[in-house]
Amino acid sequence: MKTEQTRDLVPLEALTDAAARKRYWRSLEELSDSPEFQELLHTEFPPNATEFLDEVSRRRFIQLAAASFGLAGLTACTRQPPEKILPYVNPPENAIPGHPLYFATAVPVAGVAEGVLVETHLGRPTKVEGNGEHPASLGATSVHSQASVLDLYDPDRAKEISHLGVWQSWEDFQLALMQSLTPLRSGKGERFRILTDTVTSPSLGAQIQAVLAMFPGAKWYQYDPAGRHSARAGALTAFGRDVNTYYRFDKADVVLALDSDFLACGPGSTRFAHDFANRRAGGDRSNMNRLYSIESSMTSTGGKADHRLPLRYAEIELFARDLAASLGVAGLTTSGSQNHPEWISAVSRDLMAHRGACVVVPGLHQSPAVHALAHAMNSALGNDGKTVIYTDPLEVQSTDQIASLRELVNDMDAGRVDVLLTLGGNPVYNAPQDFDFRARLHKVKTTIRVGLHSDETSVECQWQVPETHFMEDWGDTRAFDGTLTIQQPLILPLYDSTSSLRLLDSILNPPGRSSYEIVQNYWQKTNGANNFEQWWRKSVHDGLIADSALPPLTPQLKTDWAQSLSSPGQQGIELAFRPDPYLYDGRYANNTWLQELPQPMTKLTWDNAVHLSPATAKQLNVGNQDRVELNYRGNKVEASIWISPGQPENSATIHLGWGRWHSGRAGNGAGFNAYALRPSDALWGGSGLQIRRLDKDYPLATTQLHQSMEGRDLILSATAAEYKNNPDFVSHETKQPPKELTLYPQWNYTGYAWGMSIDLTRCVNCSACVVACQAENNIPVVGKEQVLARRAMHWLRIDTYYEGDPANPRAFYQPVPCMQCENAPCELVCPVQATNHSSDGLNDMVYNRCVGTRYCSNNCPYKVRRFNFLLFQDWVTEQTKLQRNPDVTVRSRGVMEKCTYCVQRIREADIQSRVEDRFIRDGEVQTACQQACPTRAIVFGDINNHDNEVAKLKSLNLNYALLAELNTRPRTTYLAELRNPNPELKSNA
Amino acid sequence: MTTVAEKQLQTPRRPEPGTSLPVIAGAESFGTLTEQITSVVLTRPTPPFWYYTFAVGMAALIMFVVSVIYLLYRGVGVFGIEIPVAWSFAITNFVWWIGIGHAGTLISAILLLLNQGWRNSINRFAEAMTIFAVMCAGLFPLLHLGRPWLFYWLLPYPNTMHVQPQFRSPLVWDVFAVSTYATVSLLFWYLGMVPDLASLRDRAKNRFAYGFYGVLCLGWRGASRHWRYHETASLLLAGLATPLVLSVHTVVSFDFTIAILPGWHSTIFPPYFVAGAIYSGFAMVLILAIPLRKVYHLENLVTERHLNNCAKVMLATGLILAYTYAIEPFTSWYSGDTFEMAVVHNRAVGPHSWTFWVTLSCNVFIPQLLWFRKWRTDPKRLFLVSFVILYGMWLERYMIIITSLHRDFLPSSWSNFIASPWDVSVLVGSIGLFVVCFLLFVRFLPMISIFEMRELLPFSRPGGGVEK
Amino acid sequence: MPQFFSRTANSLARLSLLAVVLGIALIAWLGAMIVRSPYETLQDVPRRQPVPFSHEHHVGGLGIDCRYCHTTVEESSFANIPATKVCMNCHSQMWAVAPILEPVRESYRSGKSIEWTRVHDLPQFVYFNHSIHVNKGIGCETCHGRVDRMPLIWQAQDLTMSWCLNCHRDPGMFVRPKEKVFEMGYTPPANQREFGRKLVKEYHIQSLTSCSTCHR
Repeated sequence: MKTEQTRDLVPLEALTDAAARKRYWRSLEELSDSPEFQELLHTEFPPNATEFLDEVSRRRFIQLAAASFGLAGLTACTRQPPEKILPYVNPPENAIPGHPLYFATAVPVAGVAEGVLVETHLGRPTKVEGNGEHPASLGATSVHSQASVLDLYDPDRAKEISHLGVWQSWEDFQLALMQSLTPLRSGKGERFRILTDTVTSPSLGAQIQAVLAMFPGAKWYQYDPAGRHSARAGALTAFGRDVNTYYRFDKADVVLALDSDFLACGPGSTRFAHDFANRRAGGDRSNMNRLYSIESSMTSTGGKADHRLPLRYAEIELFARDLAASLGVAGLTTSGSQNHPEWISAVSRDLMAHRGACVVVPGLHQSPAVHALAHAMNSALGNDGKTVIYTDPLEVQSTDQIASLRELVNDMDAGRVDVLLTLGGNPVYNAPQDFDFRARLHKVKTTIRVGLHSDETSVECQWQVPETHFMEDWGDTRAFDGTLTIQQPLILPLYDSTSSLRLLDSILNPPGRSSYEIVQNYWQKTNGANNFEQWWRKSVHDGLIADSALPPLTPQLKTDWAQSLSSPGQQGIELAFRPDPYLYDGRYANNTWLQELPQPMTKLTWDNAVHLSPATAKQLNVGNQDRVELNYRGNKVEASIWISPGQPENSATIHLGWGRWHSGRAGNGAGFNAYALRPSDALWGGSGLQIRRLDKDYPLATTQLHQSMEGRDLILSATAAEYKNNPDFVSHETKQPPKELTLYPQWNYTGYAWGMSIDLTRCVNCSACVVACQAENNIPVVGKEQVLARRAMHWLRIDTYYEGDPANPRAFYQPVPCMQCENAPCELVCPVQATNHSSDGLNDMVYNRCVGTRYCSNNCPYKVRRFNFLLFQDWVTEQTKLQRNPDVTVRSRGVMEKCTYCVQRIREADIQSRVEDRFIRDGEVQTACQQACPTRAIVFGDINNHDNEVAKLKSLNLNYALLAELNTRPRTTYLAELRNPNPELKSNA
Repeated sequence: MTTVAEKQLQTPRRPEPGTSLPVIAGAESFGTLTEQITSVVLTRPTPPFWYYTFAVGMAALIMFVVSVIYLLYRGVGVFGIEIPVAWSFAITNFVWWIGIGHAGTLISAILLLLNQGWRNSINRFAEAMTIFAVMCAGLFPLLHLGRPWLFYWLLPYPNTMHVQPQFRSPLVWDVFAVSTYATVSLLFWYLGMVPDLASLRDRAKNRFAYGFYGVLCLGWRGASRHWRYHETASLLLAGLATPLVLSVHTVVSFDFTIAILPGWHSTIFPPYFVAGAIYSGFAMVLILAIPLRKVYHLENLVTERHLNNCAKVMLATGLILAYTYAIEPFTSWYSGDTFEMAVVHNRAVGPHSWTFWVTLSCNVFIPQLLWFRKWRTDPKRLFLVSFVILYGMWLERYMIIITSLHRDFLPSSWSNFIASPWDVSVLVGSIGLFVVCFLLFVRFLPMISIFEMRELLPFSRPGGGVEK
Repeated sequence: MPQFFSRTANSLARLSLLAVVLGIALIAWLGAMIVRSPYETLQDVPRRQPVPFSHEHHVGGLGIDCRYCHTTVEESSFANIPATKVCMNCHSQMWAVAPILEPVRESYRSGKSIEWTRVHDLPQFVYFNHSIHVNKGIGCETCHGRVDRMPLIWQAQDLTMSWCLNCHRDPGMFVRPKEKVFEMGYTPPANQREFGRKLVKEYHIQSLTSCSTCHR
């Protein structure tokens, strides 16, 4: 077992690689010399290292049980296989078996980072938590940060350096690289090109600049398919220079989102959602903010809005123009289209009334014009520097990425490129369709790809160099406001991989230094602090460089900016491209957590779809799951339909990032490839889509088949005004039977009584909690077939309901974990006492006692129990085992499971406090969902102590229990949702 | 000067009081009667019909075994079950089979106590039916466990975990109810058979048969002491079995009524289930009796009168069922409970409404034909109706389980149940198991109680029925 | 047909009835015995170890404190197995060439761990925490027995769930003064019941029998 392990996980190259060793050392600063390193390798990777790492014997044990139905009665007598303990040879300091360590780093998505703390058990990163000191996180995390740990252990990562599919050593590669570069030196190397995705890392930037200095003729291109192309163009139009824009929602009374999903997706969304929610549900909720959302497809932000107006992609520009005109933006003519005058007047009046305390937020994927208009409106409303902050761009070098990629492609086509070095990205898959990147790539003499996965681009390149995951290597990166983080590795590279830094360094000064040296030297130079070592330790430890946020700018609006605006024409059905909320541009396609995470509004998993409004679908005579052929400018793709309420008429939204053919076992063939339709001149959408119905259908796996509340009081909501007039509307709408109404004796909870409060006003449906729960509790992924069979395993789900006109409905979000009922219906029907009440009021689930009658699930009115119908848990893939949380039993076939309020965390804190002979402090125990939640919608704690936050929240008059009339007495209760519609504006209030 | 035997033959049959139909048709004497029944087992060649049905049953049984092996290998997920519909075919089959069993106990126990002579000719195989039905039923709760090999955790026994079953759970009550039921029925059945096994022994033609029946009959010699004990024991067991007829299916109904699920949580279930059980049980009795009497020419023992009586029982229980069907929507409407009303509405017009309407036709509308004597006495028609009822009763349980589960409190968890092939194969397979067992019983054991039939003979009454 | 059954058949029949009843009882009894027997629980079975480390010598003989090697027992759920370095602290001087210690030196040289065989091996779904027990006055000896008399370590207790519950239901019967936790051969006072009750109150010991106390 063990030897096999070592082969799988630590290729011998990595063990013997001096650079790697060194790098690893300094990373965990406790370690000081070589035997310890050796030791760590041996204690870290074999799963039997300690009882905490021991998946194997647990697996054998349960499997044995599972296999031994033959010896039915005898299972009691199946002995565990003998188990080994492998102690350290030299124990590293403050690494105590049984206590996890946390290290600060940052998760970069398309160059924009979120500061996090990573939990490691004996050197295994298992869980990502937010970094409270980091401005982009404030302790919370995005979906991507949560899922990034699974990417580290992705079994389909690129594992070894190869040339034309033949394994090569790092030395071989360096040699080959030199050989192909030296001849270019003569021509100053203008036949040498570097292609990267957006680079915000200062040290990497410096490295690239250095290489360019070495090869003056060489060129550097950046390309991110879902980057800020429009934002940049818009800024140039408005200010004549590129700026990075971010918003202070904590200071905004009125927010106008122009096709922006700022609450759930995009750079800074975690922070934005936090600020927004605080302004919305802060204090006594007397002064809520107001959100208008004009959008071209139903998003979480739109569903949250007080007023939502579905407009087609192109119409939004017209709307923005008219609005700007009515706001009196100088030198602007109305579009002439008299659309939605009541909206224009109401919104503009509302914005004017809140000059300097409102904000207009354009969507990253809206047209440059809309961005320019937004800038103009914000300055006209005096928001600049108050709710809108401009800084220098985050990129090391801001470029027009499409133009730059076009140039590269033309050069490749003309055979002007000999060596193409691709660092990251995945252009073969996601370059605009008309660039035909793949074909042109083959006209280059030498193609080198450094990538995390062996993906579409890698397989088209001659040289494949595995890239280190950010948790395996040193680096630095920027957050949405420019704050810098030095990323430190948490584990030795699992495979023979290298970082872009290290590779470039091997060109600059062979054989190249370790990433550690590179990053540290860079900062030593730039920072120049006299006590650098101290500064360095502090920065690495804190997970950010103190006040490194970019200074605000006050760019002036160009006088003639309005001239450069053009009104888009449109006919036929409009096609809108969107980055996927989870897979983003496709880089997470092989992340099973994200694949199976229900999409925010549709709850779809494992597929993307063509989103049509009900009316348009009727008119095209297509229904859900119908297979259609999309034809856009002659490019054809087969896709299936999903009817989305709130989608504008005559408009189809499709998400990028799907339909990959070389992403790995999970991503391959999931969904359809939207890039195949995406032209460089209409990156985010355009009109003229043809939809032809094919006479076949294709099942789409959704986790919620029914999105109407059927008039049941599941989600209570009111407007701020109604709440003011009738503060007790909740108690009127819920019928709570008397406590005595049960056959069984009352139990009074002395000591702790754990409870949870979920604020529906705060929840923005970002689903970070769901992934966090999955990561914390070893929840298996079941795959599309099983989701279709209604067997998804998520312990925590977010129910999304629609209400009102399907063309433009109101949406409601409701996270539903186990309610931990005091009168739990599940408990008294379990014949074997596998689920019981704990003395502190938890509804315990004892997996090892469960025989699987599933009666408890039948009797659970909330249907929060999940059953292992088949062997869902992956007992085979060694890598994913390393991610498992050692404090939670890994469930196997035939066993019921459910949310337990992260009981492992409660018990740990309980023991800790008792050892110290004190009580658990408020907030000392956080559930995984609570910890991840950007908006603090979930609050957990001891409800017996009235000073605790959760107890206070439960005492609010907005507090209500779901299905209270059943007298289940749930410990999880909700705060009714409040909205703040504009009385002037009737529609969709 | 004529012998007693001749006198017996000359004696005109007296019709049973209160009916024109005789319990035994045609001239019978102790000898002929015994001969007729024992010959089925000992002398007469097995009819081809037996071999055909046995072949079919065996095929189904093999399918059952294969399905179960696959089930244990892959896990209970091979069935169509899901969240929220975590129970489906397995539990339906369980309730259905248990229900079928009830008719046997009712006939053998209750009718015995009520001194209903006519039940004597059908009680033996009715009891056999009970045994095999309960056997099939017992399998399903085990097979549908997530971890069947741990079934014994449902039993209270001193263990190293200091954990006992949850006695508040109806599933534990089930364990006791069903096991008691199986035990008592088995004893009752065997006890009743002992004298007849003796007659078989006495008429055995070869040593093997002699030994076989000899051992089984526990050395019965027909001494008056034997008869006295036998009498007492049967009455005792009958007394024990009688409450079971009501209790077992009541407990089974608790599996549903104890749950808070709308559509399950209803106080009318116990009587409703018991009536349904007897209803389906008698249907099964007839489905077995009608072909048997034809194939083995037992029309003289299982007469039109029996068919008629069984049909009447079905009619009666069917009407009880119809009443509960009617009362359910009323109560839910009267309760004014949103969820209850939603369930009724969903059953009538929801995605699974067909089950509701077919159930109604099978269990209420079509059986009304039994008001007509012709349908009660004509074997073919009665067979048809019984078959419809049997199917209807299975579907009723299916309807109760599925339509309540698939749309409960939170619309977000609503789903639409789709059965898997394995659901069907296990159901059909269990029928195969039943058929095989029953055919073996018919072939090797006396399918009609000889000694009890003798009691029916006119001259076995005081005065030997000999006219002076 | 000649007489088939002899007279003895009757008594045989009666016997067979009896035999069935007894047989079932016997099987049940055997099952119950097996799961409680050392065959299943491995109680009192010394395990072969790569190095025949003798607690008898080190604890009983030299009187080394438990915590010298099992350093994390007071702060972590896991009472760690000492690192090779800890062995070498002494054995680089004494018995520095003893062949019996070669595996230790080998490990120290190569940096490869010594592969000890786990003796107290709870199922993977049981989460036992050393720190809380040690800190609340449950002696090592209470569960691990007189290790100072064990040449090779064996399980002193059967480690069944009922055994855990014995103490969890009434900790007073087993608790000892904190300062005596690491002491071997501690004899509880005659009035353990009252004494224990006093300690339970003093140490704020709870009788925790919720499922999630151990199963998570």
